[in-house]
Amino acid sequence: MTAGRIRSVVQLATCSSALQACSGWQSALDPHSQTAAHLAGLFWFFTAICAIVWVLVVAALIMVLRRRRESESVLPGDDFPHQQRRKAIIVGSLTAITAIILTVLTYMSFYATREITWPRKHVLTVKVTGQQWWWQLDYQNQDPSQSFGTANELHIPVGQPVTVDLEAADVIHSFWVPNLIGKQDMIPGRKNVLTLRADKPGLYRGQCAEFCGLQHAHMSMFVFAEPPAAFEAWRRHQLEPAATPGAPQRITGMNIFVHGACATCHAVGGTDADGQTGPNLTHFAQRATIAAGTLRNTPANLSRWLADPQAVKPGTNMPQVPMSPADRQALVAYLEGLK
Amino acid sequence: MRTAIVRDVSGLPHHGFGPRALTWWGTLSFMSLETSGFVLAAGAYLYLMTRAPKWPLNAPLPDHWPGTIVALLLLASMPLNLLLSRWAHAEEMKKVRFGLVGMCILGILPLIVRIFEFPSLNIRWDSNAYGSVMWFLLGLHTAHLITDVGDTLVLTALMFTRHGYAGRRFSDVSDNCFYWDFVVLAWLPIYALLYWVPRLT
Amino acid sequence: MTKCASEIRDTALDDGALSARLAHIWGTPKTFWGFMTTVDHKEIGRRYIVTALFFLLLGGLAAVVMRLQLGSPDNKLVGPDLYNQLFTMHGSTMMFLFAVPIMETIAVYLVPLMIGTRNVAFPRLNAFSYWVYLFGGLMLWAAFFVNTGPDAGWFSYVPLAGPQYGIGKRSDFWAQMITYTELSGLAVAVEIIVTVFKMRAPGMTLDRIPLFVWAALVTAFMILFAMPAVMVSSTMLILDRLVGTHFFNWAEGGDSLLWQHLFWFFGHPEVYFIFIPATGIVSAIIPAFTRRRMFGYVALVLSLIGTGFLAFGLWVHHMFVTGLPRLGESFFTASSMAVAIPSGIQIFCWIATLWDGKLRLRTPLLFVFGFIVNFVIGGLSGVMVASVPIDTQVHDTYFVVAHFHYVLIGGAVFPLLGGIYYWFPKFYGRMLNERLGRWNFWLAMIGFNLAFFPMHILGLMGMPRRVYTYPAEMGWGGLNLLSTVGASIFVLSFLVLVLNIIRSLRSGEIAGDNPWDAGTLEWAATSPPEPQNFSRIPVVTDREPLWQNPETLPVIGGMHADRREILVSTLVEATPEVLESSPQATIWPFIAAMVTSVTLLASIFTPWAIVWGALPVGIALTGWFWPGGEKEDES
Repeated sequence: MTAGRIRSVVQLATCSSALQACSGWQSALDPHSQTAAHLAGLFWFFTAICAIVWVLVVAALIMVLRRRRESESVLPGDDFPHQQRRKAIIVGSLTAITAIILTVLTYMSFYATREITWPRKHVLTVKVTGQQWWWQLDYQNQDPSQSFGTANELHIPVGQPVTVDLEAADVIHSFWVPNLIGKQDMIPGRKNVLTLRADKPGLYRGQCAEFCGLQHAHMSMFVFAEPPAAFEAWRRHQLEPAATPGAPQRITGMNIFVHGACATCHAVGGTDADGQTGPNLTHFAQRATIAAGTLRNTPANLSRWLADPQAVKPGTNMPQVPMSPADRQALVAYLEGLK
Repeated sequence: MRTAIVRDVSGLPHHGFGPRALTWWGTLSFMSLETSGFVLAAGAYLYLMTRAPKWPLNAPLPDHWPGTIVALLLLASMPLNLLLSRWAHAEEMKKVRFGLVGMCILGILPLIVRIFEFPSLNIRWDSNAYGSVMWFLLGLHTAHLITDVGDTLVLTALMFTRHGYAGRRFSDVSDNCFYWDFVVLAWLPIYALLYWVPRLT
Repeated sequence: MTKCASEIRDTALDDGALSARLAHIWGTPKTFWGFMTTVDHKEIGRRYIVTALFFLLLGGLAAVVMRLQLGSPDNKLVGPDLYNQLFTMHGSTMMFLFAVPIMETIAVYLVPLMIGTRNVAFPRLNAFSYWVYLFGGLMLWAAFFVNTGPDAGWFSYVPLAGPQYGIGKRSDFWAQMITYTELSGLAVAVEIIVTVFKMRAPGMTLDRIPLFVWAALVTAFMILFAMPAVMVSSTMLILDRLVGTHFFNWAEGGDSLLWQHLFWFFGHPEVYFIFIPATGIVSAIIPAFTRRRMFGYVALVLSLIGTGFLAFGLWVHHMFVTGLPRLGESFFTASSMAVAIPSGIQIFCWIATLWDGKLRLRTPLLFVFGFIVNFVIGGLSGVMVASVPIDTQVHDTYFVVAHFHYVLIGGAVFPLLGGIYYWFPKFYGRMLNERLGRWNFWLAMIGFNLAFFPMHILGLMGMPRRVYTYPAEMGWGGLNLLSTVGASIFVLSFLVLVLNIIRSLRSGEIAGDNPWDAGTLEWAATSPPEPQNFSRIPVVTDREPLWQNPETLPVIGGMHADRREILVSTLVEATPEVLESSPQATIWPFIAAMVTSVTLLASIFTPWAIVWGALPVGIALTGWFWPGGEKEDES
């Protein structure tokens, strides 16, 4: 999968979703996994029951209005005993029916929970660590040489369960990709787990769902569900270090990166840059977006980001590193070559 | 609208004791809300304990002697408290004054010991969550103790003035005894949590 | 306890002379000093309500700015820092400074009138609680206006609000505001419990207590047991931030979830502090506008009590996605569903009363209808979020925002508005205009639903809560704009209300004692009530005393007419047992409140403030308690 192809998928998806409001990415009502489908089904069932109940209540109120006899008479009325008894029976019955409905809904809820709870499988484990305001992804493997790190864009093989270990580095975040699964919080000092499985290939959008500070609104992620062969190809490519640049401008850029401020926070495999506090940028050029979904990954946007991160994402932890426009262009060229 | 008197209440007394007094119910209400606070603080303690690998957390066991002495002093104050309450009901001024002075002393003594109790916890409040919650529980009860002793001191002073002869003041004395019972009883489970639960684990 | 020769009993006076005498004894002079020293529950209740409505205005303005920002995607009206402060201020103000206080203090005003007594049980505590509340609210907004407003959300999760990530003093102001409002709220709760238990008119047995009073009583009990939880947690937060404790620091044995448990143990009952009194208002309005006794009194009382208990067993439903064991979470699904049953019973009983009623479709009843329509939506969306699996999708999205606004606005603000139209004549002696009332109602109904219904859809479409903006490509712009338009209409409805109030205060139709011909005791007092409420305490033999005795009210005689005096009666049977004095006006509650407030404010900056403040607070409380030699003090 080339960066270009990914980008076109993104563009396609965004255009189409802008037109259809009710379906499309990040919608809980557009499931692309069995789990999400169960949840959506349960939701529709509840909605149907609740809608009927509401309609009945409103109907009762309309009847009340239609039955009314306006009166200014001084004496208040009393129910006759037989009226009282009849009303008591009706109220009692409605209460019992309410209890039955709620019991049914509770049971359906428990049933759905059981249906979507998976035993942990070890096909693939990814540790996702919530950071202010990006997603650190560490693909785990028993063989450390097969482990690698990336950021913000989660690739998974279609049709296979993927275990996602959820942690947080700073404050509470929440992992949420509604097309695939319900959310789960990422709490510092605790480990949570989700197992997800995409049933069709596609691109799914997720967003942090626990208020985590200034840029909670711009902490999105993308999940690429790919056929197993394509995923395997992507995975193997991720293990490779970054290709050494040949063009002079890119070499300049690489030197700025490795010997300047960038390497303090960012890592690029195959170079001396090994910073751990910011996203791993080894194959940055393959990513569709910059800064956790805030900007499309284009050279122009990257330049804008580097020039003043605070203007794009106020409060971000990425500092503004002063550099000449020529240096910035070199850096952009280097980064956009990290395929 | 017109009114018609159907009952005459002019013979009723002007103050009552216990549940006949509004302040007794106020005291009971405050006890309830404070109990709720204590229970939740104790709950926090137990919650943190269940999440800790060991308890006490990275600290030696607390020295129980100051806490035990406080418990004994508080329990020792109960007989006088009971008598004082009875004297207040009987509105016997001399005995009430004596009892109040005695309760002041019996209230100040544990406060003095309490000064030594905080260090005996053998952990600082800012060392870890164990230290924090130990100081928190002890601090809550101390605040309790200080306010009630303060209350008692003011009431004692009042009963030595002419104002003390009003019936409602005797009722206030008996309410104060009621509240002191609570301060003493509240200490016992906190004492157990602070000094003996760590020894169980 | 000796009878002085000079004492005067009310049996020696005719009604007119008695009324004048008691009005003088109980009255508050219309001077600044009178204002500062009054302990009259009606004076204090009115200023509390006005203050709470002022905070409603501030909180509402914050919401207006939020809606303007969200009305279009990628909007630049406000940046993230201001937005985060705005939504935190909005939530905190609405919950702590408006909704809970207004429900408590409508009870402070009405309960003594409804149960036939002259004041609340601890009038000076009542005055104290108002000043503390005012100071706390002003402190919070002052902090906001100097850019130190809290910004971690109204429930202030840690670690975001903790010492490491919560910058400056922002979250400290939030946590201390909690202390002020909880102190105030607990004080009022204690007053209400003791008032209802011990100061009821003779003959007002438990089964003759008005449903509004039952609601106030249940709420007060809930407050008593739930508010300490947030006092404990907010104190722990301040301690973590100020003196280095580690309650919520996982690295030293603490836990972020401890905060959530403690907060929500309070937070869930809190929404019932707001909802249950609202059901009390509904239960007061319906009989008056259907000319029928309320159907199912016992079921309604039991539902109130049942809801009060159940409310304490739901809190984990706010934590369904934190990774707690599924079995435990499932229990809370069941309990959260179960709480719908007593609410359902109330609705059925109300409809049963309305069913054969001789309806008078005035504004208060319109708001009751609106309440039922809107609250049921909120309650049903609540049933949905009670389900753990559904909640995993909708938690922390705009779906939940829709849910709680439907239950809070639909379930509490609508009844409150109905209550305003219903009791305004009693408070001020003039009727609110009926035509403006209808405009108020319909604008509110339309605006509210337009503003909040689309949020259900937005949440399902993936829009999370607490985002200051969103990209255009998400397709959320249209519904957000609709919501903003609806919010504007809703704001307009409040302007109509304000207009109605101002006009009616000046030139509204004069209301008699009982313009609605209702049955409960507050309508036996004048409009507005005399300072003493009742010159002679009524005797009650029916749930609707004025319907049973429309011409002549049975009363007791023999109370003193030369001092402030109330009647203490037994808990269950309401048999008179003591003639107790009631405190006169005094400046000490204000002084004590100021000293306490300054101490609490200073303790945001240094823990030593508690030590240094203890002495002045002690002196103030001693001054408060020390008798002044009047008749009231010496009996």
